[in-house]
Amino acid sequence: MNALDLARWQFAITTVYHFLFVPITIGLTACIAIMQTIWHRGGDDRWLRLTKFFGKLFMINFALGLVTGIVQEFQFGMNWSLYSRFVGDIFGAPLAFEALLAFFLESTFLGLWIFGWDRLPRKAHLASIWLVHLGTVFSAYFILAANSFMQNPVGYTYNPTTNRAELADFVAVLTNEVQLVTFPHVLTGAYMTAGAFIMGVALYHLRKQALDRGSDLAMYRKAVRFGAIVALVGGLGVVVSGDLQGKVMTTYQPMKMAAAEALYESRTNAPFSVLTIGSLDGSSAKPILEVPGLLSFLGTGSFNGEIKGINDLQDAYAAKYGSAALTQSASYVPTIWLTYWNFRLMMGTGFLTMFFAALALWKTRGEGVVTGRIWKHIAIWTPLLPVMANSFGWIFTEVGRQPWIVNGMMTTSSGVSSSVPASSVIISMVIFTLLYGALAVVEVKLMLKYIRPGAVTVSEPIDPADRHEDAPLVFAY
Amino acid sequence: MTDLTTLQLVWFILIAVLWIGYLTLEGFDFGVGMLLPILGRATADTADARADAEKRKRVMLNTIGPVWDGNEVWVLTAGGATFAAFPQWYATLFSGFYLALALILVGLIVRGMGLDYRHKVDNDVWRKRWDLAITGGSFLAALLWGVGLTNLVYGTPVKPNPAVQGDYIFDGNLLSLLGPVPLLGGLTFVALFITHGAFFISLKTDGEIRHDARALGIKTGLAAAVLAVALLVALGVKHGSALSWAASALAAVALLAALFMATKGREGWAFIGTFACIAFAVVVYFAVLFPNAMPSSLGDANSLTLAAASSTPKTLTIMTWAAAVFTPVVLVYTSWTYWVFRKRIAVHHIPEPVSIR
Ligand code: HDD
Ligand code: HEM
Ligand code: HEM
Repeated sequence: MNALDLARWQFAITTVYHFLFVPITIGLTACIAIMQTIWHRGGDDRWLRLTKFFGKLFMINFALGLVTGIVQEFQFGMNWSLYSRFVGDIFGAPLAFEALLAFFLESTFLGLWIFGWDRLPRKAHLASIWLVHLGTVFSAYFILAANSFMQNPVGYTYNPTTNRAELADFVAVLTNEVQLVTFPHVLTGAYMTAGAFIMGVALYHLRKQALDRGSDLAMYRKAVRFGAIVALVGGLGVVVSGDLQGKVMTTYQPMKMAAAEALYESRTNAPFSVLTIGSLDGSSAKPILEVPGLLSFLGTGSFNGEIKGINDLQDAYAAKYGSAALTQSASYVPTIWLTYWNFRLMMGTGFLTMFFAALALWKTRGEGVVTGRIWKHIAIWTPLLPVMANSFGWIFTEVGRQPWIVNGMMTTSSGVSSSVPASSVIISMVIFTLLYGALAVVEVKLMLKYIRPGAVTVSEPIDPADRHEDAPLVFAY
Repeated sequence: MTDLTTLQLVWFILIAVLWIGYLTLEGFDFGVGMLLPILGRATADTADARADAEKRKRVMLNTIGPVWDGNEVWVLTAGGATFAAFPQWYATLFSGFYLALALILVGLIVRGMGLDYRHKVDNDVWRKRWDLAITGGSFLAALLWGVGLTNLVYGTPVKPNPAVQGDYIFDGNLLSLLGPVPLLGGLTFVALFITHGAFFISLKTDGEIRHDARALGIKTGLAAAVLAVALLVALGVKHGSALSWAASALAAVALLAALFMATKGREGWAFIGTFACIAFAVVVYFAVLFPNAMPSSLGDANSLTLAAASSTPKTLTIMTWAAAVFTPVVLVYTSWTYWVFRKRIAVHHIPEPVSIR
């Protein structure tokens, strides 16, 4: 492996890891804010208990999203210095905006929310968690705008004197057509993930309560239904926005679309294969189940639309890009098996989540409860599936962009750091992988420890005005 | 130097301001982390003494609990701002200092996890491990930020990349970052942050720990003063300017004033003193750096200048507007947080540990 491959692995490992926690953070802050708002309005203390319960789980998750995010901020310069210098004039600004507008907001108001139960007036405390959520949404917007530039560079000109891309239109960068479909997709994906998380955890307790005739049955039923609805509504958003993404992708990254289906020859009325056996190199693929015209529909909005095949695109790109140093590549075809399977797995795990959510809603209607053993498995899998869907989606998007680091502008191999030896990357990759692995074990164990006792009873928060000077803190490290 | 535009100068100053924000604020977090085993040591090997020590540790940790994450965002903003305003600086610095930065990140990761996870389980082994993470992580990050920043301004083997027009590369390795002056810089950061953290604790707590922290801060402050003077002279002799010497003098005066105020029991002033000392020290660093982004130890012609590292006027203008509008907002709500959590914390404020074992 050379320094380039290592840098790619390093970046992929740390980024995928970061994004295991991110969707839960984005979605859960919204859900917790809604729960707290319901309690605030109606005074039903079950919602306060749920707020605090999921608040604790959220914080366990958040810690990891936070510390792994710091790595992300510096990684572009560390692993991709030539890329950073080449596009920094455009790409740096969204990152700076993200820190200034989003991270300060998130971290400051989260501190106020966690430690502020007995220090802030109730309304200010409630506003804090909403502001945290707003921060996560800003954060997602800016970082996705940066990423969308890599998928579809807009708003720039090339300056031969400085030998780099320079900003021409910042608004165009922030309203990139790719961004406008990616942002809703990722955001609704995050809501879906958090909804599924809540549903899974609450299902586990609902079933236990049903079996043990517990007194909190009604509370967990509410939580299950809450989570299931969020997951379904988020899921619907994901499907709709995903469909739109397919069309934008066909326009700007036709190779990625072809790679998603392993479609070698251009054709109209292109089918979508649900599963395939055999090799995906164009020689012996055997689709097991094929939906005629679906790929054309996803890509163009018409069942008869034309989808370009890999072979045609490869020839066209070789002719168009083959002569310049920044854009020449031996092949313009991404790793097909990765794009093909990740695309299907993303959709499949997503649909399965929605199916479980619908099933849970149906079972818990009226006075319904769940008791069967199958529900234990559903409780475990529901939170995991959308987390996986998110990773599959990113791996598809990012691998499908290859060999480009910036689509049509710069190849990944010409973006790698100019003076980082492979040994440095290996060392840091080993360190980060071991550290991240250890932290994952700790996090999962801690999460389970906190899930098991459930939403314990809590006392009403004290008004700061009535708080005794010497009273113990309500929350402390 | 002459070809530096006003916007470039503004952004150089703003990045200095972000570093001042980071090091003055996160500095006391690091200090608290490093002081954990010292001020939180059990005075005797009895169950009572251990329980008491644990409470003291929790008092200390709770002084930074609500704010440390926000403090950390200053460096993320500094990183983002450097990327946006001086992309070549960001590219060369972070790829060049690759392993040092990776170690800093490890320090920040384990420290952050420790702060967030330590209190979540009521178990001595658990707490001991996270204590190590908090203290070790704080020390590692403080030391390496000192080493890294001192290297940056003192000069490193930077040169133009013959293969790529406009690119600059760092032609050294981790070991070439461990020269005597940079190491002195690292130790000075550690000593200053410990002192800063001690005065912060004495300002934010009540009871025995308040006095212990103040007394300790005076001692470590003397060590910090000696190291700081040596460091500032070393930097000044090599790259001094009128501004850097003036800022050095102010840093020294601020630190001595802090120690004097601490002996008088004026904790607020002592903290302001170390705060100012760190801020002036950052001014010295950036004054020494100017007009380069990365001065080269291979001869001045090889240095990466700010002008060569900079973004276009368009990007700088957009960024300036964003900074002008949003920085005041950030400052307002950040200050408000400090005000909300202004009360001193004492042992009796510490609740029972969570019931999860
Ligand atoms: C779609 C959303 C999204 C995506 C694609 C990314 N992140 Fe992230 N990031 C978040 C959404 C987010 C968040 C939800 O805002 C987090 C998660 C946990 C947290 O603290 O905030 C966060 C945390 C977080 C932090 C810590 C913030 C703090 O200290 O409060 C940094 C520095 C980054 N991220 C940087 C990045 C970079 C440079 C990315 C690109 C490779 C990236 N993130 C991908
Ligand atoms: C957080 C969700 C994300 C995930 C899970 C993710 C995943 C990946 C993966 C798997 C790769 C390796 C692809 C390969 O080399 O074959 C990659 C590469 C890369 N991604 Fe992402 N990515 C994410 C977000 C982003 C964002 C938001 C940006 C930029 C703002 C970004 C920038 C890059 C860069 C610079 C590379 C390296 C160059 C390359 O290999 O193409 N990624 N990412
Ligand atoms: C029928 C369902 C879905 C469709 C049609 C769909 C479609 C797509 C498409 C076309 C892309 C690639 C966009 C590009 O590279 O330009 C994508 C990426 C992605 N998908 Fe999906 N998706 C679906 C379900 C899901 C689910 C359930 C999740 C997670 C909960 C998810 C998360 C992601 C993520 C994180 C990315 C990468 C970021 C991005 O490019 O938006 N997707 N999806």
